[in-house]
Amino acid sequence: MTVDSSATRKPRRSAAGKAGTTGSKAGSAGPQRTARATRAGAQESTEPQLVQLLTPGGERVENAENAAYEPYVAAITPEELRGLYRDMVLTRRFDAEATALQRQGELGLWASLLGQEAAQIGSGRATREDDYVFPTYREHGVAWCRGVDPTNLLGMFRGVNNGGWDPNGNNFHLYTIVIGSQALHATGYAMGIAKDGADAAVIAYFGDGASSQGDVAEAFTFSAVYNAPVVFFCQNNQWAISEPTEKQSRVPLYQRARGFGFPGVRVDGNDVLACLAVTRWALERARNGEGPTLVEAYTYRMGAHTTSDDPTRYRHDDERAAWEAKDPILRLRRYLEASNHADDGFFAELESESEALGKRVREVVRAMPDPDHLAIFENVYADGHALVDEERAQFAAYQASFADAEAEGV
Amino acid sequence: MALAKAINESLRRALEADPKVLVMGEDVGKLGGVFRVTDGLQKDFGDERVIDTPLAESGIVGTAIGLALRGYRPVVEIQFDGFVFPAYDQIVTQLAKMHARSLGKVKLPVVVRIPYGGGIGAVEHHSESPEALFAHVAGLKVVSPSNASDAYWMMQQAIQSDDPVIYFEPKRRYWDKGEVATDAIPGPLHRARVVREGTDLTLAAYGPMVKLCQEAADAAAEEGKSLEVLDLRSISPLDFDTVQASVERTRRLVVVHEAPVFLGSGAEIAARITERCFYHLEAPVLRVGGYHAPYPPARLEEEYLPGLDRVLDAVDRALAY
Ligand SMILES: Cc1ncc(C[n+]2csc(CCOP(=O)(O)OP(=O)(O)O)c2C)c(N)n1
Repeated sequence: MTVDSSATRKPRRSAAGKAGTTGSKAGSAGPQRTARATRAGAQESTEPQLVQLLTPGGERVENAENAAYEPYVAAITPEELRGLYRDMVLTRRFDAEATALQRQGELGLWASLLGQEAAQIGSGRATREDDYVFPTYREHGVAWCRGVDPTNLLGMFRGVNNGGWDPNGNNFHLYTIVIGSQALHATGYAMGIAKDGADAAVIAYFGDGASSQGDVAEAFTFSAVYNAPVVFFCQNNQWAISEPTEKQSRVPLYQRARGFGFPGVRVDGNDVLACLAVTRWALERARNGEGPTLVEAYTYRMGAHTTSDDPTRYRHDDERAAWEAKDPILRLRRYLEASNHADDGFFAELESESEALGKRVREVVRAMPDPDHLAIFENVYADGHALVDEERAQFAAYQASFADAEAEGV
Repeated sequence: MALAKAINESLRRALEADPKVLVMGEDVGKLGGVFRVTDGLQKDFGDERVIDTPLAESGIVGTAIGLALRGYRPVVEIQFDGFVFPAYDQIVTQLAKMHARSLGKVKLPVVVRIPYGGGIGAVEHHSESPEALFAHVAGLKVVSPSNASDAYWMMQQAIQSDDPVIYFEPKRRYWDKGEVATDAIPGPLHRARVVREGTDLTLAAYGPMVKLCQEAADAAAEEGKSLEVLDLRSISPLDFDTVQASVERTRRLVVVHEAPVFLGSGAEIAARITERCFYHLEAPVLRVGGYHAPYPPARLEEEYLPGLDRVLDAVDRALAY
């Protein structure tokens, strides 16, 4: 596949797509959609057109195209910037630890987010406490932003449960493995918010591959028709296991939104600031009753699809190297250093915090007990069910017969 | 040859023999599928014959139907059992019924390959056994090989069949090796096979559970019990004649499958065999299989799946009547 290196250039355009059928509120702080719409004809190229606020070299980009999103990060403080940096570093550390634990046999599988930290932290930090997040299975950074203890994410990959947290505890839904399903759940949840007259919003995560699923297209249809307050956050990490994005789509993914009647924006997914700004903008649109938005975070999966995948069969190392130069963490570090927003003490402290997190994750995972055998029958129904009760009793008796036999044996 | 390799060789032979045969699915090309079942096929037959599809199961089956209407013979791969459901609508409402609706004018020679079953320590939706959901639908053939030779030949026959075939591959047996005589003349696709003769009881299974039943028969033999083992091979149609003949000899039947027992294929076998063999049976037909519960997380799957102990326990119970 051709990977455009435009992230290293000045972005030429910030966003595309005509505003949805719902019209924007007068005086809203959103971008000037009509102005962009007049140039829609120029967008048909497949070249990435990115909203980028920080270059890979760590320099701030200020131009007319970005102007619409600038207000969403204009007031950001050095402390908040350090916070974003901290989030990304700790998330990467957690992810590395989980990958190592899989190699050591403590986890059955791991889906690494390496390289996608900015997309996840930027968008995750844009959410409000009462917003609701529908992740797929790789959103460890978003979970972090929502306050889900990272060790809770590991139970499913260790094989001790099929979820691991209370979705309503942090408004962070369970991971969804069937590709694309959650886009519809997110839309329905958002429809509910609108019916309730609440002003929260919903964000649904999925990958570039998922954009091919019928469920995702149907979510686009429903959200547009019902003007649901939902943001579709597609992390285009270039690959769906072995298939490059062009096996899913002939047009840049963000342009899909236009056909459904709502705006789509492509953002540099390795630029945490741009991801924060664009997601804040999109969530605000949702809250203001302006309906759905598709955000395509253009990024790269630095590792394998999961620990059972072998990317050497389908992609070249030089592609990875090109993306390494756009590393999301390094980029913010350069900016923090150049602007004197962080000193050596901050980085040193974060390093030891990171060590401590790694240690805690290792300890918690190794101590994670296997579930009780009878857990098979737990929560199959909310109301209970006679057949399950019967099978549970048979199973328990059968298990007990081994214990009895062992006791008699000695 | 390993079972996965046998399917690969069979697909290769079909692609060579008939230019209308196509292989389609997610990651089937360069990667060779997540289980490498299609390894090397795209390299040799090109991406017009071995097609990496968008990530869309309804799309995969729906377009395969269209290609079949146009004279092609698509063999599509669904990556894992739990991901067939986006395509279930196309399979059940369209693929299964078009022959009947067209008064026999339309044939849909589509093979849907589904790696299925548990025992590999996977996360959810990667270990299920949904065969009953397909066997319940008229118009579909549903088969599952248990060994490399059958994997090879049943794939040949599935591709040659003018009916849609749901071809369930026992993923935990992919790496099991067996002889494949590629110039043999195979028996009919739907015919069950006596894998091992015995006199005291019949164990009937298909796919991943056949090997387990053979192990159970070995273990029982050490205790002086003689078990007959049947490999059903095809779930729809199901070869009740072979099962009946066996039960008339042994007078006892235990059916083993990974899928939940409730309303599963074992229930159908138990009912029919009870009808056919009522006066021969010395014990009720017993079933060993999954529970009425979602497939559990990996650390519990050994409890959930039928293992040697559960099969032998059922054997003991049947023999105790
Ligand atoms: C319905 C369905 N089909 C197939 C799969 C197997 N599968 C798991 S992840 C994946 C690729 C997903 O790619 P993408 O949507 O781009 O997300 P990414 O993993 O790259 O973040 C596939 C094919 C699945 N989980 N669900």
